[in-house]
Amino acid sequence: MQGGTAAVERVFREEYGRLIASLVRRFGDIDIAEEAAGEALVAALERWPESGVPPNPGGWLTTTAGNRAIDRIRREKQRDAKHQAALMVYDDTPPEPSGPVEDDRLRLIFTCCHPALAPEARIALTLRLLGGLTVPEIAQAFLVPETTMGQRITRAKKKIAAAKVPYRVPEAADLPARLDAVLAVLFLVFNEGYLASGEGSPIRAELTGEAIRLTRILRQLLPDEPEVGGLLGLMLLTDARRGARVRDGQLVTLAEQDRAGWDRAMIAEGHAVVRESLAINRPGRYQILAAINAVHTDAPAARDTDWSQVVALYDQLTRLDSSPIVALNRAVAVAELDGPEVGLALVDRLPLAGYHAWHATRADLLRRLGRSAEAREAYDAAINATQNTAERAYLSRRRGELV
Amino acid sequence: MTHYLLAVHGPAEAGEFGSYGSKEEMEAAFAATDVFNQKLHDEGYWVFAGGLQPATTATVVDGHGDSPVVTDGPYLETKEAIGGFWVIEAPDLDVALKLAAEGSKACGGKVEVRPFDGLA
Repeated sequence: MQGGTAAVERVFREEYGRLIASLVRRFGDIDIAEEAAGEALVAALERWPESGVPPNPGGWLTTTAGNRAIDRIRREKQRDAKHQAALMVYDDTPPEPSGPVEDDRLRLIFTCCHPALAPEARIALTLRLLGGLTVPEIAQAFLVPETTMGQRITRAKKKIAAAKVPYRVPEAADLPARLDAVLAVLFLVFNEGYLASGEGSPIRAELTGEAIRLTRILRQLLPDEPEVGGLLGLMLLTDARRGARVRDGQLVTLAEQDRAGWDRAMIAEGHAVVRESLAINRPGRYQILAAINAVHTDAPAARDTDWSQVVALYDQLTRLDSSPIVALNRAVAVAELDGPEVGLALVDRLPLAGYHAWHATRADLLRRLGRSAEAREAYDAAINATQNTAERAYLSRRRGELV
Repeated sequence: MTHYLLAVHGPAEAGEFGSYGSKEEMEAAFAATDVFNQKLHDEGYWVFAGGLQPATTATVVDGHGDSPVVTDGPYLETKEAIGGFWVIEAPDLDVALKLAAEGSKACGGKVEVRPFDGLA
């Protein structure tokens, strides 16, 4: 029975973005969509553990949630003028075929990423509605308290409803300007899948897959925007290493990964996408990150990595994005080129004490410098700052190996 | 359709030419605003609009108590205040934001777009 519940929740999460997007299109209201989806989950939890998961669980959830939403609107329309208005936009056409432009989830992403919403709210809302992440998981991803994140999402949803933020893919003329926020969101969704913040599965392939799928659609829509290709290439070259990234429940670092376990077809596609994007000759942040990953995936073994090129690319990236997280990654590459002492001096300057990767990087550099006592403290801090089980297992092993 | 308030913000203390630096600037802005107003009428967005006297001409009345208390000046003492507004009817926020951008360009002030919770 417990396993049954877990299976239902897994299916629900996989189907969540599609479900919410189609309900928003039908009923024109995010709250109605979320409530109906929640009721469909309750119904599934009642039935599926006994009757089994239906052959088309997404279709079952969509039908059930749609019926619940209609019931609700009928019940409430007499006493509430706002639900009356919602009924007027009710659209009973079947879900549209998922062509590039018509995709419901793409529409929803442009709504969630509307410039009238605060940037942090855009990303949070997209992760909630399209990624199906819970509020605590999103709060963890952003290093903010849960209540703050909850309020942020609620406020954004209220604004969308009250101010009528439209639910559609922007017109061609407005599309490039609206793109940056969408790319940032997709990258975050990808990252949440690639190193999940919660205690569950360390890698959530449904999120990386979802981010890649949506980015592919965007690229079909905007073939001349090199940053879309840059982001797709970055995702492909990163996700290609997924199979080698966790072993026996432990995270495996890039240097220690079995490169035979990398997905060669995905790497080839990633390299091709990056080349096509760079050829447009309008470099940007995602193209540079993709190029860095192309350097890594080009190296037959970790020791063959062209670190001077990696550092040069991070220098280029720093000029576009001066955030401390970019500086942290640059410092890792500098440590490979100029030694751990140089790297550590750069890392120690960064205001990232709430970020697990900062502690993990410090721990590794201190270990390599033979400063075991300090390394142990840094490993403890890194372990406390992440919920990801595979990362914790890796960090604990490293800490145990200190002399 | 939703009603939106497009509120124009400008300096609370008006100079000789209102919020404008010169007579020419002021006249150009008025002319451009007339063109924009006509467009709102022609394209069916117009509900109501008006320019306001400077915030220094405002009076605050508090009717909570037994007898109303009257105070000179605006409710909030700020450097910026609403100088005028449009009320429009538009299908969604994207349309309202585009109109607000045109209105802002015409009158030369920043425009705050805010949906109505309903019109009486």
